[in-house]
Amino acid sequence: MASYTDKAGRPIVVVTGMGMVTSLGQGKQDNWAKLTAGKSGIHRITRFPIETMKTTIAGTVDFLPESGRTAPDLSEELAQLAAEEAIAESGIGSKGNFPGPLFCAVPPIELEWPQRRILAQESAANGPISYDDLLRAAETGGHDAWHERFLYGSIADHLADRFGTRGQPISLSTACASGNTSIQLAVEAIRRGDCDAALSIATDGSVTAEALIRFSLLSALSTNNDVPEAASRPFAKNRDGFIIAEGAGALVLESLEHAVARGAKILGVLEGVGEMADSFHRTRSSPDAKPVIGCMRAALADAGVAPEDIDYINAHGTSTPENDRMEFTGMSAVFGERIGSIPLSSNKSMIGHTLTAAGAIEAVASLLTILNGRIPPTINYETPDPAIPLDVVPNVARDAQVKRVMSNSFGFGGQNVCLIMTGEPA
Amino acid sequence: MSERRDVWITGIGLVSSLGEGLEAHWDALKAGTRPVVDETGFAPYVVHPLAKVEFDKQIPKRGDQRQMEPWQRIGTYAAGLALDSAGIKGDKEILGRTDMVVAAGGGERDQSVDGAILTDIEKQAKPDVFLNEQLQSNLRPTLFLAQLSNLLAGNISIVHGVTGSSRTFMGEESSGTDAVRIGWSRIAAGTSEIALVGGAYNAERRDMLLLFALKRLAMMAPWSPVLAAAKGIPTGSAGAFLVLESPEHAMARGATPIAKLSGVWSERARRTEAGAVEAMIEELVTVARGGSDEATAVLSAACGAPEPTAAEAAVLARSGLPVRSVTDRVGHGLEAQMPVALAIAALAVSKGGLFPPLEGEPLEKPFDGTLKRAIVTGVGHWRGEGVALVESVD
Repeated sequence: MASYTDKAGRPIVVVTGMGMVTSLGQGKQDNWAKLTAGKSGIHRITRFPIETMKTTIAGTVDFLPESGRTAPDLSEELAQLAAEEAIAESGIGSKGNFPGPLFCAVPPIELEWPQRRILAQESAANGPISYDDLLRAAETGGHDAWHERFLYGSIADHLADRFGTRGQPISLSTACASGNTSIQLAVEAIRRGDCDAALSIATDGSVTAEALIRFSLLSALSTNNDVPEAASRPFAKNRDGFIIAEGAGALVLESLEHAVARGAKILGVLEGVGEMADSFHRTRSSPDAKPVIGCMRAALADAGVAPEDIDYINAHGTSTPENDRMEFTGMSAVFGERIGSIPLSSNKSMIGHTLTAAGAIEAVASLLTILNGRIPPTINYETPDPAIPLDVVPNVARDAQVKRVMSNSFGFGGQNVCLIMTGEPA
Repeated sequence: MSERRDVWITGIGLVSSLGEGLEAHWDALKAGTRPVVDETGFAPYVVHPLAKVEFDKQIPKRGDQRQMEPWQRIGTYAAGLALDSAGIKGDKEILGRTDMVVAAGGGERDQSVDGAILTDIEKQAKPDVFLNEQLQSNLRPTLFLAQLSNLLAGNISIVHGVTGSSRTFMGEESSGTDAVRIGWSRIAAGTSEIALVGGAYNAERRDMLLLFALKRLAMMAPWSPVLAAAKGIPTGSAGAFLVLESPEHAMARGATPIAKLSGVWSERARRTEAGAVEAMIEELVTVARGGSDEATAVLSAACGAPEPTAAEAAVLARSGLPVRSVTDRVGHGLEAQMPVALAIAALAVSKGGLFPPLEGEPLEKPFDGTLKRAIVTGVGHWRGEGVALVESVD
């Protein structure tokens, strides 16, 4: 009989349900077909006017009937769709009764321009409008629902109601590492014995004009506007920034014992999580990549495996000049000369950078890679960067037996979280 | 749950309208004077303004200060005070493995840019294009970083070198409870030795008042105590961080505990059900009491919103325990409120006594006995019920 605990004597944490939504489509099946076919979800923005914008492309999710509402509305809907898929697959609990806590990564939330404009008009101010006018209009009432909608906790709260998760849900952000953090918190809670199961969701439907402008002002976005689907070029020499995108990923995590006891199908094992913060700069990583190296090594140590045991890397691979170089430097230190021959790919070449959601979406894609024995490519890899020689599985998917994946996520604010995943326990 | 270790509070950083540091707060609380309120600067609303703080003392680089909005400066400052208090400031070896959980909101707006846009936008032929042009020309690039929730933690990493781990929780009052709970849980379970947990809030901003005003929840002047008759949230600028530590780790480095954090509970009543909040807070307080009322008091982090505060006050009245409202002294710091209340609870327990009752708050009765245990209660203004227990270390 297999053991329910890992080498460190902790409960083994498994994944029994997964869901995802991206600009490529809704659900794992559709996404996987397109990810392995090398299809891009990046397109010209139609949600808001793009004249005067430096970047006019994105991976927005526009195919839902109500795409284009407020950012928290869309983020909540994406999260809900991903979680419904994950919970249905796992067969855990019963409808509206999930037997564990919710860890939910959410994008920045604040009152938006349509609401501000309505309040400004209702204030009927004579002359320049200030926040005092908006306050006066707000106090007269009629917009009570906006209060809850624009609270940070509202997305997770509504999801907790819908899925019947236990206790107070945790809404979190570690910027672009948020998806991995939502999984990390669940793994820790199960290992501590706080719960037998947990729901991790990471969602981002926050591509508004102002969000695009804010990233653009930091010179983080690609301006390869001409051919949208060819703009995201992780690890290629002509990469020039990331493509902002939307989506959500959800995972049902359980102790192996709990999953086995209820006869659940096990999709994979969350073997290890590593984290290390960077104190170098608000948006840039330490040039020596020490925190990223420390983060990857911590994940390997947590999983109790050696670098040689990793046979595929789901890279952070944003397509910014700096990230991809820094990630290469970090991986080179951890994997040594072998780094040039480990297959590695960036899902962001096709779905763009879904920011808050990226880690969870990529965790789902990583487990699908193991389950299907097929590695999604890094598309738009036409001009290799000689400074960072890697096997990025260029442009075409590759059949390969993948036993163990490392998935990296790094974010503004010095956030680094790395996951180690493997297939069904022996 | 398997075996749990004790968790000590070995450092506290606190800054509020009453001043900075534990002694300044204790002096002000003992004096029993009226709280510091500003009833005119944000009229008609009441806010508790931050005491004058020399940010240079904890954030020496002006360049760092410029990259932050006030809530981040308040938090980074309070975090520095906590590290000083724990005696680990500048200790790279310890800070490099200190786990951080921060409760944060975010989103401070450039209100003059917003106002200018709103003044002219409806006169434009293409309002959305005008908006984009204005934002592109007038938003400061670094404002984004001053807005992101996780950049308080990011700034603490940069300024103070805390890099063991870094997680940011959002979700108003509950995020503060959960930040402390997760830091506590990891140490209690033996997967972390030392953690910095807390949050910060800047009340002196109209964009946050606007969010409350949409539901008419912000307290309007004149200021009044919240437990006696909750008429709105008296927001207060404050930052509070606690250094949590395993006794083994603390003793090995010769650190002494201020108090023991014995438990943190975070729950979520279904508020559409009548009486659910009251039942939930009653249940959590009962668990925290643990059958003993010896030398025990309740410190309330009540929000001031009418319904949840009435529910909280009803439970506190029935408890028969001595009660003090933290909110009446420093205001309500949303995400930071539970950490602020815990800081004051730990302070009171370490002093072994309570501060005097406040005039106009009949729930607060004189208590001259020894204080060994403090139960902190916090009911979110729209969601989430939290309770924590602080005890003296024998």
